[in-house]
Amino acid sequence: MIFSIAGRELRSLFLSPLAWAILAVVQLILAWSFLVQVDFFMQIQARLPTINDAPGLTQLIAAPLFGNLAFVLLLVSPLITMRLVSEERRNQTLSLLFSAPVTMTEIILGKYAGIMLFLLLMLAIITLMPLSLLLGGTLDFGMLASGLLGMVLLMASFAAVGLFISALTAQPTIAAVGSFGINLMLWIVDWAGKSRSEGADSVLSYISILRHFENMLKGVFNSADVIYYLLFIGMFLIFSIRRLDADRLQH
Amino acid sequence: MNDVSLIQVENLYRYYGTNCAVQDVSFEVRRGEVVGFLGPNGAGKSTTMLMISGNLAPSAGRILINGIDILDDPKAAKAELGFLPEQPPLYRELTVDEYLAYCTKLNRIVRDQRRGAIDNAKQRCGLTEVGHRLIGNLSKGFQQRVGLAQAIIHSPAVIILDEPTVGLDPIQIREIRGLIRDLASEHSVILSTHILPEVQAICNRVQIIHKGRLVLESTIEGIQQQLQGNSLLVAFKNLPSIAELDAIPGVEEIETLADGRVRLRYTTGHPPSDALVEMSVANKWGLSELTPEQISLEQIFINITCRDESLAEPDAGSTEVAA
Repeated sequence: MIFSIAGRELRSLFLSPLAWAILAVVQLILAWSFLVQVDFFMQIQARLPTINDAPGLTQLIAAPLFGNLAFVLLLVSPLITMRLVSEERRNQTLSLLFSAPVTMTEIILGKYAGIMLFLLLMLAIITLMPLSLLLGGTLDFGMLASGLLGMVLLMASFAAVGLFISALTAQPTIAAVGSFGINLMLWIVDWAGKSRSEGADSVLSYISILRHFENMLKGVFNSADVIYYLLFIGMFLIFSIRRLDADRLQH
Repeated sequence: MNDVSLIQVENLYRYYGTNCAVQDVSFEVRRGEVVGFLGPNGAGKSTTMLMISGNLAPSAGRILINGIDILDDPKAAKAELGFLPEQPPLYRELTVDEYLAYCTKLNRIVRDQRRGAIDNAKQRCGLTEVGHRLIGNLSKGFQQRVGLAQAIIHSPAVIILDEPTVGLDPIQIREIRGLIRDLASEHSVILSTHILPEVQAICNRVQIIHKGRLVLESTIEGIQQQLQGNSLLVAFKNLPSIAELDAIPGVEEIETLADGRVRLRYTTGHPPSDALVEMSVANKWGLSELTPEQISLEQIFINITCRDESLAEPDAGSTEVAA
């Protein structure tokens, strides 16, 4: 059931030019950033053996690439998630789901799975770029895997926020602006802590969605980071289910 | 026809904020029945239908679909119902076939029966020709039919149609009505409308809802009986005196109308037409018109919905069951 809904969601995404445009633009931007990194690596390659504990190919190319992807996703993921519920509400197609023998949880998880499949596809295409380095070098697969995991968790968090905001409104543009605002806020929330006392700093940087991601990008796998993301995703999915259920209830 | 009641609605209430949209509505629909839900705009028709179809939770009351409580076991109850809302819930970017395939999955039809269910629904709704076309490119009438196909694809026990013929041309209306009558042989159907002849054409039972209350519940035969009035409209070349008319047996009341015609009210069941014709010939009144007057469903509808004052009292609007 969840996969039927996910399949419909994915199909509708690819039937609109939006998904293709997003894939193309993201690919173009990241290809540029990839080339810049490769160029940079070529310049300093000769000096690397002289440095103690020098950074490797993965650290110099794959990690910045994922860092840039995270930033691009911050801008782009609201555009992908904005239509999830709000457009169905606007076109009054939600009643098809509401009068079918499907629970609210299945509807939300189905939509979430659909959007995640799209984002994973995007990530897969982009990961091909660092993998192409295998033609002429070796990669640190542990580090790459940790970065990929971080990337997936970050995407999943953005998607969960986007889904929830989309469930709040009937206007896709408002959903996009709203989820972009929340994503950005969570991204920069640790800026405030920098000049403050130790306590505030640690709390705010703990909340920041970026800090946990940066750890993983460096190849540091900390279960606290993973749990942070899982809690974050779970919370927004539960909010979405509650919000959708509230459509039926008395206001 | 069988006596199983497929829809049972008990003391339904729904509030929007402090505004009570539906109050104390109870009724039953048995297998094979087509029930017409009538009411002026904003009377609570759509709200009631949304509640029966599980799109809205009632503030109070109970809804049983084929014996299953829709609040206790929504999944099982919703498997037994098909719903076509006022605005058909269509994904414009899908083709008819893709859309119906998605509906079979949503309704948990097992894989090897999906093909058959889609073909059957398409055939019943006259969609076989347009299976490969995009829903967004279809005309309004075809979109309405796709909506209908979606509602019947899993052969539910109960079909709920909210204004199914709105926006269709007369030929399409006739086709959709035929289809609804056809469906009633296996399912029970509730449809809402504000087109009164539609109810006379396809329903076995009529329910009129006004200001959130059920104010009339009757079979179509009962309504037909009420529709047969007890008055004649007559016109004469040489108008006889009131006393002469009054002398005709059975005439109870005489009313002279502005255009020179006369309305004769008579004892129910004893129209004085024969006597009237005989006397007209004998006395050279020159009878030129003799029409039995019919109350239209419209008249009943207006009578009921205009009794606002009496409805304000708690019991005045209680159900009138004729027949």
